[in-house]
Amino acid sequence: MAATRTLARRPRSAGSAGGGGAGTRGGPVEEDRDQTGALRRAVGRNLTAYGFLCGALICFALFSWYPMIREVILSFQQNNFVDPGQWVGFDNFRTVVEDPAFRSAWLNTAAFSCLALVIGYAVPFVLAVVLNELRHAKAYLRFVVYLPVMLPPAVAVLLFKWFYDPGAGLFNQVLDAFHLPPLSWLDSTSTALVSLVLVSTWMNLGTGTLIYLAALQSVPGDLYESAELDGAGLFRRVWHVTIPQTKLILLVMLLLQIVATMQVFIEPYLLTGGGPENATVTVAYLMYQYAFNFGDFGGGSALGLMLMIALLVFSTVYLRVSREAEQ
Amino acid sequence: MRTTRRGLSLVLVVGLGLVAASCGSGEEKKPAAEGSADGPVTITVGCQPPKSNPKERTAWDADVAAFQKQHPNITVQSKDAFPCINPDTFQAKLAGGTQEDVFYVYYSDVQKIMKAKQAADISQYVGNVKAAKDLRPDVMGVFKDGDKTYGLPRNNYTMGLVYNRKLFTQAGLNPDSPPKTWSEVQEAAKKIAALGAGYVGYGEYSAGNTGGWHFAASLYARGGSMVSDDGKTAAFNSPEGKAVLENLKKMRWDDNSMGSKQLLQWEDVMRMMGSGKLGMMIGAPDVVQSVNNDFQGKFEDYGVTAVPESEGKASLSGGDGYMFNPKATPEKMKAGLLWLEFHELTPGQGQFNYARSKEQGRPVGLPIPDLYGDTAPGQEIVALRKQYATVPVDHFAPYVAEQSNITNKLEPPKAQELYAVLDVAMSAVLTRKDADIDKLLRDAESKANKILAKNT
Repeated sequence: MAATRTLARRPRSAGSAGGGGAGTRGGPVEEDRDQTGALRRAVGRNLTAYGFLCGALICFALFSWYPMIREVILSFQQNNFVDPGQWVGFDNFRTVVEDPAFRSAWLNTAAFSCLALVIGYAVPFVLAVVLNELRHAKAYLRFVVYLPVMLPPAVAVLLFKWFYDPGAGLFNQVLDAFHLPPLSWLDSTSTALVSLVLVSTWMNLGTGTLIYLAALQSVPGDLYESAELDGAGLFRRVWHVTIPQTKLILLVMLLLQIVATMQVFIEPYLLTGGGPENATVTVAYLMYQYAFNFGDFGGGSALGLMLMIALLVFSTVYLRVSREAEQ
Repeated sequence: MRTTRRGLSLVLVVGLGLVAASCGSGEEKKPAAEGSADGPVTITVGCQPPKSNPKERTAWDADVAAFQKQHPNITVQSKDAFPCINPDTFQAKLAGGTQEDVFYVYYSDVQKIMKAKQAADISQYVGNVKAAKDLRPDVMGVFKDGDKTYGLPRNNYTMGLVYNRKLFTQAGLNPDSPPKTWSEVQEAAKKIAALGAGYVGYGEYSAGNTGGWHFAASLYARGGSMVSDDGKTAAFNSPEGKAVLENLKKMRWDDNSMGSKQLLQWEDVMRMMGSGKLGMMIGAPDVVQSVNNDFQGKFEDYGVTAVPESEGKASLSGGDGYMFNPKATPEKMKAGLLWLEFHELTPGQGQFNYARSKEQGRPVGLPIPDLYGDTAPGQEIVALRKQYATVPVDHFAPYVAEQSNITNKLEPPKAQELYAVLDVAMSAVLTRKDADIDKLLRDAESKANKILAKNT
C-alpha cells in the first residue's frame, strides 16, 4: 500500500516542480497557464483510470445499487408491474413475519451458517496447512482442491443429487461396501440440512484453501525454525505460529463465510425444494418463493431487506476488520 | 475533504439509483392505438414451437402465413420458447416489458394473474369469437373472474392415472384392465416394485409446491375441497384429505412400493416414467406426450385411466391458454382474438389440423384437448382425431370413458401458498414412517387459514 502511494505521488511532484519553476520566472499569468496545464496533464495522465472508474461505477449502479434501491422501494409497495405501485407501509413485512415458514427459514439459515462454519470453515484451513507442509505434488494437489470451484454450481449440486440418491447413490453404495446401513441424506429432516452443508463446503473449499495457503506462505519461515528448535511439534507450531500469524485473514474469512452462507439458495432450490417438512427452507429460498412462485414481489423484497440488514451487521464488522488489517 | 468526497459519492449513488428507479417503474405510455379498425396492427404471440421441434414449428409458421393472408392488416410476430413459459419468469417479463401481447399461461397461474390485474379484460371483444359460445363452461370459467373474461383456452384435460403398460405386463398385470380402486392400485404397485431394484410401483411429488398441487388433485378426485365455499378457510382437513395421505403412507411404508427416493418434483417423476421403471402416477394424457417428446418414453408403452374411485366427482382443472398483455391496445386484442380463433379453436385448422399432423408424422389420437365437450365442434374434433389417429387410442379408452362424468374444478385461492403448506404434509408422509397424519393436517389447516385470512 505504501509503495502504491509513493508511486502515485511521484509524477505529481515532478509536474509541480516544473510548473513552480516557470511561475517564478514569468509572473502570475504564466503561473495560471502553468497551473491549467498541470491540471490538464494530471487529467490526461489519469484518463484511463477515470474510464475504468466510470465503467465500474456504471456496473455497480446498474447491477448492485439500483436493484438495492428498487428492493427497498418494492418492500413498501404492492406492485403488479402494470399499474403504479401502491404504498402499503409495513404490510409486506407483517405478511412475511406472519408466514408460518418465516421462523423455520431464519432458523434453518442460522443452522446452515453455523454448520457451515463448523464443517466448512475448518476443512479448508486444515487442507491449507497440510498442503503447505507437503514437499511433493503440491501444484497437482492445489489444482485438485480447486477443481470443484471451476464447476458451475448447478452442475456440482446435481452431481450431489446423484451421490445422495438413497438407492443407487454413491454415498449409500460406499456405506453398503462397509456393511453400514444406508442413510436418507436429503429425505430426512435430521440429515437434510447437513447434506446441503456438505455440498456447499465441497463446492467452495477450493477458494478458501487457496486464500489460507497464500496467508500461510507469508508466515516467515524462521518462526517455524525457532519453534522447531524449541522442540515444538506440528500441532504446537500450528497453534503458536500459524494461527497467530494468520489470525486476521482467519477473521476476515470467517465474516465473509457468514455473509455468504446466510444467502444460501441454490442448494435447497435444486436439491430439496425446501423439504422435507420445511427442514431446508432458507431465507433466500423463501424470498424466491414469494417473488417468483407467489407473485408477491413486495413480500420477497421485504424479506430481502431484512436479510440485507442482518448481513449489513456482519459486513460492517468485516469492513472494520479489513481496515485494521490495512493499517 | 474525505467527508466531502464521501458525501459526493453518496449523492451520486442515491441519484443514480433514483434515476434508475424512476426509469424502471414500467409505466411507459404508448400510443393508444396502432391504427384504425382495419389499420395495420402487429401482435406478438407466445409459444411458437422451438427450432428443436421442426415439424411443429413448420406447421405454426404455415398457419401464421395463412392467417396473415386472410387478414392482410395483421402481422403476427411469433416468440418461441421451450417450455412455452416458465411461470417463475412471468413477473420479470412483465416488469421488463418483454411480455408478449398474447401470452401463454398454464391454468395454475390464471387465477393469480387475474387477481393481480396482470392481464387485460377482453370481455367486450370476446363476443366476436364465434367458437367461444361452444366452449365448455367449466373451461371458460378458468379465464373468468366474475362476469369478466381475461383469456381463452388452448388445452384442457382432467387428471387421470397414467400407467406403464409394459411394466404391467412384466408384473403379470393386465394392461387393458387398469386399477379402478385404490386397493387395486396398491396391489399393482407392489407387484411392479417387486420386479427388482430401481422399480417403483407408484410415484408422487412432494417438493417445490408440486406435492401440494398433487394433494389437491387427489383430494378433488375423492370429492374433497381445498377451501370452504367462501374461500376464507381451509377445508382439506377432511376424511378425503386424510384418505389421500393415508393411502400414500401405506404404499410408501407398509407396501414399500414408492421407492426410497422422495422429495420428487415434476421433472424427477417424468424422468422415472420415461426410463420405464415407474409403474403409475397421477397425471393427464399430456404426461404421456411429455414423456414421449422429452423423456425418451414411447407412446405405445403408456396408458391412461380415470383416477380410481373418482366416478362423477371433480378433477383439478389442467391445461393452458392465452391471455392478453394489460398494455395491449384494443386493436391488438381484437387481432389476437382473431388469431386464437384461427389457430386454437377451429376444428380442422391450426392445432386441430390433424390431417397435416399425420402427414408430418406427429402423434394424433391423444384424448386432449377437450375444449368443447359434447357440442358440435367437440364432436367434429373427436371425429377428426379418430380419422387421423397415429397412436394407439385404445390405451386411453378407460380415461375417455369417464371424462363426460367429471367436471373441472378450479384451483383454490392463494394456490401456490397453500401448495407450499401442503408440501410439508406430503413430504412428511413420504419421508417419515411415524408421520402423524391428523397432526400434519391440523398444522397445515391452521397455516392455511392464516394465509387465506390475509387480504394481500
